Amino acid sequence: MSDAPSIATTPPMPMADRETLLGIPIMRVYQGLSIVLVFVAWEIAGLVPISIAFPTFTGTMRALFEMLVDGRLFYAYAETLKPLVVGIVISGTFGVIIGIAMGLNKTAQWFWEPIFVVLQASPVAALIPLITYAYGIGLTAKTVAVIMLAAPIIVLNTYKAVRHASPSLIEMCRSFQGTRFQEIWMVIVPNAAPVIFAGLRLGVAAGFIGVILAELLITPTGVGDLISYNRSIADYEYMYAAVFTVILFSAILVGFLETVEVNYFRPEKKKGQ
Amino acid sequence: MVVFGTRIPPVFSLLIWIALWEIVGQLDLAFILPPFSSVMQELVLLIQRNDFQAAAWLTFQSFVIGMTISIVFGVSIGFIMGTSKIANGVLGMWVNIFASAPLSSLVPILMLLFGLGQTTIVVTVVLFSTWIIALDTYAGVRHISPSLVEMGRSFGASRFQMLTKILFWAALPEILAGVRMGLIRAVKGIVIGQLLVSVVALGRLFRTFSDNFQFEQFWALTVTLFIFALLFSSAIGWLEQRVEYYAKARI
Amino acid sequence: MSVSAAQDNSPKAATDDIVEVRNITKYYSPDVHALSNVNLSFPRGQMTTLLGPSGCGKTTLLKIIAGLLEPTEGDVLVNGKQVHGTGPERAFVFQDFALLPWATVLRNVAFGMELTKQDKREREDRARHYINEVGLAGFENKYPHELSGGMRQRVGLARALAVNSDVLLMDEPFSAVDEQTRRKFQEDLLALLANENKTVIFVTHSIEEAVYVSDQIVMLSPRPGRIHSIIRPEFSRDADPDEIRRDKNYLDTVEAIWADLRKYLD
Repeated sequence: MSDAPSIATTPPMPMADRETLLGIPIMRVYQGLSIVLVFVAWEIAGLVPISIAFPTFTGTMRALFEMLVDGRLFYAYAETLKPLVVGIVISGTFGVIIGIAMGLNKTAQWFWEPIFVVLQASPVAALIPLITYAYGIGLTAKTVAVIMLAAPIIVLNTYKAVRHASPSLIEMCRSFQGTRFQEIWMVIVPNAAPVIFAGLRLGVAAGFIGVILAELLITPTGVGDLISYNRSIADYEYMYAAVFTVILFSAILVGFLETVEVNYFRPEKKKGQ
Repeated sequence: MVVFGTRIPPVFSLLIWIALWEIVGQLDLAFILPPFSSVMQELVLLIQRNDFQAAAWLTFQSFVIGMTISIVFGVSIGFIMGTSKIANGVLGMWVNIFASAPLSSLVPILMLLFGLGQTTIVVTVVLFSTWIIALDTYAGVRHISPSLVEMGRSFGASRFQMLTKILFWAALPEILAGVRMGLIRAVKGIVIGQLLVSVVALGRLFRTFSDNFQFEQFWALTVTLFIFALLFSSAIGWLEQRVEYYAKARI
Repeated sequence: MSVSAAQDNSPKAATDDIVEVRNITKYYSPDVHALSNVNLSFPRGQMTTLLGPSGCGKTTLLKIIAGLLEPTEGDVLVNGKQVHGTGPERAFVFQDFALLPWATVLRNVAFGMELTKQDKREREDRARHYINEVGLAGFENKYPHELSGGMRQRVGLARALAVNSDVLLMDEPFSAVDEQTRRKFQEDLLALLANENKTVIFVTHSIEEAVYVSDQIVMLSPRPGRIHSIIRPEFSRDADPDEIRRDKNYLDTVEAIWADLRKYLD
């Protein structure tokens, strides 16, 4: 059976997909181009203008830069982050505990699952105006808004993660005479950790929504104030700049948490909830 | 939960929460929380009011139009993302950004650009629900068994046949899940829009009630919206049940 | 060693080859060389099996013949004409069945005909005929999730038969069912094909299966896939299936092939 030794060292191949362009991964190039495209479209829309209330991209960026330099932006975010951080810490801690309890105890599940499912599906934002009556207009009220929006997601994700902890790992633990406590602490929780973390990430996103809403609806402080105030005085460039920072901040924050999640936990990630 | 040997379905725990609500209300423990029973009474009165019916009808129309648009957009984007690597990288970036961003911060801009009427509600619905539909559709497309695709090709299916006879149905369970999530988000978006506007339609009702400390009515309106959201969500859930027979049997 | 099988180490030029592959080479990427310079002919009306250990490229070759994969180099000829891509003269049976889970057995079997836009009444009649042939009469309105693995594969087979192709390509069709069902399938397949006059190209990693069902066995060696040898088992198929599996010639052939392939295992 003749088989000529390979003479050519480069095998014939269909044109391979380019991996990089000038050292940058090609996907990033495409993504970067799409961003540029959006900014250009924005600029054009602002120049037309499609509406008197629609500033150009450059105008918005100028306003953004100004707010950055004179400290307005930092001050605003410092204000906004206070209730967000406090709210996330509280809902994260209690949410994970309740979620684990629900996952492990049938009665806890029976008691808590329906109410959290309802809260998750309902527009709890409708209740935000009521918060002022109970908690005033300060930090507490806004923290409550964060908790209201973040807690259900965190609880439900934690609960599902614990429920779906690998049965064979649990069996394995029992076969080596592990105690219930060891089972929970050393097998179930670590096994559920990636999904719990995903729930926390979603909770942060939801909490951020909550605090912005609270700032727009209750009393303007922080970033919400930047948006409302500039709208009221028709300084649209500053208003849009504030909104732009909100989207940007959220994208960076969530992106960062996702990177942590993928690198620290496990790389098999599913997009979408 | 088992009582006297009979299993009580989890839904009944809601009754306990409602009972708690009633007690808190009757004992006047929180002035913003009137008894559940009085909220229910007000609800019955509320749905008979003309201003409520007009506002609700308007909102409902916009909701349906908006959802239709977002389903068409979302499913298309999801399919494109699922079938093209470049599209996935580029569109995926944008979809993910908007899926987790506080879209409520965009609502003031929408109100500026589109006014205070129906158009804004439609745009709000589209804005809030498209992204999650796209993401779930994408997940559905990714899950399609490559074998099924090869099978279609081996029998000479055209692109159109592939899409309509195979790909769409194979991804349908995830698409429906996405539509259900999109629906919930759309309702939240509408509520937020209405709260921020508060000079027309439901928003006006909300503002009126809260300004006048009419908490029973306020809660009645809120509960109505909650029920509305849950009903829609269950409707899609019912559809999901219908395709469940094959959703799990997929390779 | 004496083996009652004709060993053939050169590409066969048969009188009537319905399928021919010439100089087929396949690279999945610069590092993954799946097939190297494969030349083969498949005689009309006969069953040829592609046999070999993992990594020998047998499924790759089958899919190239089917038109589901493009070779890096080389051609596939069917009935003397070069083909690119899939075609109605070749039908494929999948290892994981590839049934539409949302459709009934009847619709699944008729699916190939549905895609070529045949009239509904006609295709359903044809489908019923083949559902009967594979022994699934009565199950027309069942869904795949209600069937066992073995039954699902019979649906896949019926679907491939129903489009009336000249060549049947089967990709390890029995590997996903249990051993007992597998044996029965091999016997049933032979019985079915006796009436059908089709050319079959079969891929398997089971030596017994290959020897039992085939007219000719093409053995492939791995990394990269090349033809190692071609064997034509010679034993009488007239006997009872269980007796055949104890026939000395059958067993010797299996042993000889095993001894040969052994050296490719790590």
